Amino acid sequence: MTPVVSLTNVNKIFSGGGRPQTVALKDINLCVEPREFISLIGPSGCGKSTLLRVIGDLVTVSSGEVLVNGKSAHEARIKREYGMVFQSPVLFEWRTVLHNVELPLEIMGVPKAERTRRAREMLKLVELHGFERHYPWQLSGGMQQRVAIARALAFSPKLLLMDEPFGALDELTRERMNAELLRIWQETQTTVIFVTHSIPEAVFLSTRVVVMSARPGRITEIVPIDLPYPRNVETRESPRFFELVTHVREALRRGEEMGA
Amino acid sequence: MVAAAPSVKRRTSPALAAVLVLIALAIIWELVKLVFRLDSRTLPHLWDILAALGEPSRRNGPPLIAVLLEAAVFTAQGAVVGFAIGAVIGFVLGTVFAHVPILERSLVPYVVASQTVPILAIAPMVVIWLQGSWWSVPVIAAYLTFFPVTINTLRGMKSPDPRAIELMRSYAASTWETLWKLRFPAALPAIFTALKISATSSVVGAIIAELPVGVQRGLGGAILNFNQYYITGPQRLWAAIAVAALVGIVFFAVVSLVERAALRNIVR
Amino acid sequence: MTTQARVARLGPPLVIFLLVVVLWEVLIRALNVPRFILPAPTAIGSAFVNTYGAVLDSATYTLRNALLGFALGCGAGILVAIATSRWTTVREGLLPIAIAVNSIPIIAFAPLTNNWFGSNNPLSKVAIVVLITFFPTMINTVRGLTLVEPAKLELMRSYAVSEFTVLAKVRIPNALPYTFNAFKVCSSLSLIGAIVAEYFGGPRKSLGVYILQEAQLFRFDNAWAAIVIASLLGIAFYLVVITIERRVIPWHASIES
Repeated sequence: MTPVVSLTNVNKIFSGGGRPQTVALKDINLCVEPREFISLIGPSGCGKSTLLRVIGDLVTVSSGEVLVNGKSAHEARIKREYGMVFQSPVLFEWRTVLHNVELPLEIMGVPKAERTRRAREMLKLVELHGFERHYPWQLSGGMQQRVAIARALAFSPKLLLMDEPFGALDELTRERMNAELLRIWQETQTTVIFVTHSIPEAVFLSTRVVVMSARPGRITEIVPIDLPYPRNVETRESPRFFELVTHVREALRRGEEMGA
Repeated sequence: MVAAAPSVKRRTSPALAAVLVLIALAIIWELVKLVFRLDSRTLPHLWDILAALGEPSRRNGPPLIAVLLEAAVFTAQGAVVGFAIGAVIGFVLGTVFAHVPILERSLVPYVVASQTVPILAIAPMVVIWLQGSWWSVPVIAAYLTFFPVTINTLRGMKSPDPRAIELMRSYAASTWETLWKLRFPAALPAIFTALKISATSSVVGAIIAELPVGVQRGLGGAILNFNQYYITGPQRLWAAIAVAALVGIVFFAVVSLVERAALRNIVR
Repeated sequence: MTTQARVARLGPPLVIFLLVVVLWEVLIRALNVPRFILPAPTAIGSAFVNTYGAVLDSATYTLRNALLGFALGCGAGILVAIATSRWTTVREGLLPIAIAVNSIPIIAFAPLTNNWFGSNNPLSKVAIVVLITFFPTMINTVRGLTLVEPAKLELMRSYAVSEFTVLAKVRIPNALPYTFNAFKVCSSLSLIGAIVAEYFGGPRKSLGVYILQEAQLFRFDNAWAAIVIASLLGIAFYLVVITIERRVIPWHASIES
């Protein structure tokens, strides 16, 4: 089976503008298998968002190879093989909730009836049926982010790239969204790459947690998460959960000391 | 965090780009004249307009540029005095409205509606009220200035984050202190936006105010005067209009510079 | 909006309006204010009744010029903005110049257009209105097309769409509120432009010439009747623009109110 994402010796250097060069990514090697849920975690400036954008071909690498579904990242983007969710919902305020979810389908030329059916289905999946005709400003932050997830899933991409999607939410909403995302991941059988600041979030969601450190941005450790499914509120209170959280926290701290 | 490094593409500086576009416009001007075979009555050569500035406007008189500059100073005086009066009235009104809700609710709709009214239609009446005295120029300029300043002062004064107002309340700051330390600085960008609009319209107002009575000394008078001799010397009317345009641009630029100096520490 | 809320919102201004009109009438009668300063509302009303034919003819002529100029000027402003939004250098060179030109008293060009087209030719007024409305529309539309949240552009890039799709799906909807703001400003600018251009010469049946003439002939009641009509036209034009705005960009109107 071809890996969904395969990164080989990836480097990214930002330069120009008379500022000193910054090594955003250094010697990144990572292979993501189908149906995995990978979290990228690390301190600010460790390049985890850059890494996500490299996979999505929103940022081009300085050197190294990026393959998505066996194709170059560029080709994969042109073929629209991934969906993206940002830190902010990035909804179009001039479109209703339904039309926001329809946006990618519209761009891909899906017929009107089919895309409405599909968008309604997605809204049901994120439990927002009944809000089709609302405008984004009429929804809470958590609901807006669910619309963004529905939009990313609307065209059934094999890969979902998520950049701190729940960073702006309060703790309880965040935990509820985590559980929901896990359910959606299992129902849709997609592969997810998820950038986060939160250790419990990363542990709760992932099959593997990729720990990164800053200056230069690199992978310091990959922690496999063996928590059983279904994961729920009890999972968060299990001893194994705490062990893994502690493990990731220590890995982060080691990475920081290495960089210093 | 996000790799949104500001795009560091090679870019042309705005000043250089503006110069390039200006040159392009001058070339287009002459090309239009050439291609459509417009005679000099319709569209004089740019150099003819420039040359006209150096020649006397009437026999044995001072050069045209001197006449026009004198007229420009006269008009600009009226515009600036009116601008200042209008800005002060607008600022005071806007501040009062921001603090007295009942006045805001009953009067602001009129201020807004009055912006939709072709105010300059009243200009001839103002000139009649003031019996053609010099003051009709600043009065009309002030009239045009005070509306935008009132509205933007009001909006700006009400713009601070409610939490910032709570912070001032937690210090038991007086209304006066809250005004000067919070509301006024917060309102400055909006006030300057209004002042830039008003700078232009006060010049328009000053020129218009000169028309009905034919105040001879200003730019409005000069434009009317050279308009009568358009057939024999179109470049003189063009020159007069160019000077009027320059007065508008200079006034706007001065207000913009003051704005930049006043707001340099406010991150936008 | 409930009836109660409507009364609360419209009540105070309406009361003030009636008060002002009554006070105006009373003061002018009580103080015997000469008519050249300000005629009483009733005097203006009766002047309108006596001369409405001439006033309305003039108003129709001027309004037609203003509307035509508005349509052409705003339309051209939008087209140029869209055309230049693709070329950064052209846009960055053009924008400061557009802003500078926007600070020019464009009215001063009225004698020129009179000479070009003839002062009795409507084109001479339409041209001024076109110039007056073009620049605010273009400047605002360029801002709306370019001030797009970067993440929206990134999203579109993740969909691998053409520049044209970005324009149609992101930039233009994003620009609509900015453009409508320009329309609001231009609605009154176009009437002002049409009327003031007539001060430099125009046909007898036009608002500008009418107001000027009646004032010079000391028929102040007539002049004021025409001014009131001009004001009503301005308010009506503005209301039409905001009604269309509510229709076209409902998401925006609802955020504001």
